[in-house]
Amino acid sequence: MAELRFAHAINRALADALTEDPNVIVFGEDVAGPGGPFGVTRGLLEKFGPDRIRDTPISEAAIAGAAVGAAMGGLKPVVEIMFMDFLTLAMDALVNQAAKARFMFGGQFSVPMVVCTPHGGGVGAGPQHSQCLEAWVAHVPGLKVVCPATLPDAYGLLRAAINDPDPVIYVENKSLYAKKGELADKPAIVEIGKANVVRAGKDVTLVTYGAMLFRVLKAAEELAQEGIEVEVIDLRSIQPWDEAAILTSISKTHRLVICHEAVEAFGVGAEIVAHMVDIGFDEFDAPPVRVAAPFMPPPYAPSLEDEFVPNPERIKAAVRRVLA
Amino acid sequence: MPQATASAKDSNLGRDDAIALYTVMQTIRQAELRLGTLFADGEVPGFIHLSVGQEAVPAGVTAALEPIDTVASNHRGHGHAIAKGLDLDRFVMEIMGKDGGYCRGRGGSMHVADAKIGMLGANGIVGAGLPIALGSALAHQVKKTGAVAVVFFGDGALAEGAMHETFNLAALWKLPLVMVCENNGWAEFSPTAREFVAKLGDLAHAFRIPASLIDGNDVMAVYNATRKHVAAARAGEGPQFIECKTQRVRGHFEGDQQKYRDPADIAAATKDDPMHKIEKDLADMQVSAAEIEKVKTDVAARVEKAITAGRNEPLPKFAEAFGDVYTPTARH
Repeated sequence: MAELRFAHAINRALADALTEDPNVIVFGEDVAGPGGPFGVTRGLLEKFGPDRIRDTPISEAAIAGAAVGAAMGGLKPVVEIMFMDFLTLAMDALVNQAAKARFMFGGQFSVPMVVCTPHGGGVGAGPQHSQCLEAWVAHVPGLKVVCPATLPDAYGLLRAAINDPDPVIYVENKSLYAKKGELADKPAIVEIGKANVVRAGKDVTLVTYGAMLFRVLKAAEELAQEGIEVEVIDLRSIQPWDEAAILTSISKTHRLVICHEAVEAFGVGAEIVAHMVDIGFDEFDAPPVRVAAPFMPPPYAPSLEDEFVPNPERIKAAVRRVLA
Repeated sequence: MPQATASAKDSNLGRDDAIALYTVMQTIRQAELRLGTLFADGEVPGFIHLSVGQEAVPAGVTAALEPIDTVASNHRGHGHAIAKGLDLDRFVMEIMGKDGGYCRGRGGSMHVADAKIGMLGANGIVGAGLPIALGSALAHQVKKTGAVAVVFFGDGALAEGAMHETFNLAALWKLPLVMVCENNGWAEFSPTAREFVAKLGDLAHAFRIPASLIDGNDVMAVYNATRKHVAAARAGEGPQFIECKTQRVRGHFEGDQQKYRDPADIAAATKDDPMHKIEKDLADMQVSAAEIEKVKTDVAARVEKAITAGRNEPLPKFAEAFGDVYTPTARH
């Protein structure tokens, strides 16, 4: 067990996958020589060579499109899109090509590619470098979407994503890169589609993912001081998502709050609420509530961004609301 | 930019090879014309884009490839699929939306693919085949397969950003990629001259990519140029670019009234039929009129057999399609 940072866990998952499977390659903007804008791919070029670790020009459409073709040709490409906001420039390859190839070609092809991309605010990056667009990709049949919050999940979900025969969008919250944590010497692979009950509680089910997990846990601890026991579920996988784990929890708490950093409207929370009300209507003692970013672009000024990203006070207020 | 002036005389193709090329061209022509009538009769759903008048390009290019080479195609891609060697029955079944089709009736005309022979699919998005072929070429390079990737695209794709990104990245990484532009002068409903400023050769030159401008109606010229460029790509010299000047005889899609097009332009396109050139070459090689006629009637019989097979094939089942969005794994 070693103390590492979140970015190191991602780096180790890449290094282990590259070591185990010669078909794994990594390419993207500044991932080789410079080691990635956040240092996530540092050292991989030196260890695995320029054939498998490649810097690309600033060409998101070609990066994602080439990943599709390379995956159809027997490689397992892991490509980086430097900020999730830049996914807009790669959308044809992801939505029309990668997501559909298996279905559209009658099952002849699988597209085992991974797109690693950072989302999220809290670092003053402004409207075009802070967005959480995971609901866009989760909406597309054929794509899988994961978003780890802890070091073991960062490692385990990336290994699972690289092993997966289908395209996976691996979302990294950039505020987590420097976060310290422990990682086993031989970390486990984490199955895509399985949530994790991080904190047990009987009063309210609170579902979240990514960096919001830590704000949710803080809120839960503070609520525990008031005698409110919140069950915290880290979703980990957004598509597919673990409806059984959430239903089990709601059957116990009968109340649901969902917290994410992405804007509330048409988001991941909306999907979970709609589906849970559909399959578990009789379990609810109160209407489910979402805590998410308001319907506006992410602002730049720290004073504005502090209000934009959900904070423990808003999370606590939502919990009190479903208990009222 | 060199203008290829190849003819049957300086080609290394023998008599039988030339007949084989002609057979491929006739198969594309006759299959597409019959698909056109099936579409008009309501037996083909959706919409289809025919490549009538452009058959020399896929026939000539594909004849210069090895079976391991991969091909990415576009929306006007029936010719590429047939020339690459797809089974005609399953090809027609797909376009008729039947279960036995290459894509089990889920893709249709714009998505015919055959993984077994390296046909990476037609594509409904203009220019999208370019980065996919780029990735295929990357796989060939990393896995050292010795194969090249080929992409067919129209002049309408020139204005797509993905094309410029692909040119640059392929040149940067010296990938075994052969890019074939079928320049038919039309970008959907507009003449390309009104939509794109640069000359194609200049564009290739800007990216330091060796290029040829070919008479795309001369199948021998297409074959010879492709052979040269494929050999260079296979030898590790990096990407290659071939512009084939040809013409679109039909509309952008079947049923397109082409009110935007001068009737004289359509007449000229029809007159520049690549079949005329190859038939003259065959005659020069002492292939008799009876032999040429036999190719046509044999092809017609194969096409009718494929259509009958398509008509007899059952429709796909919804539950099977619904269950095939993700690859089944041990966990599921």
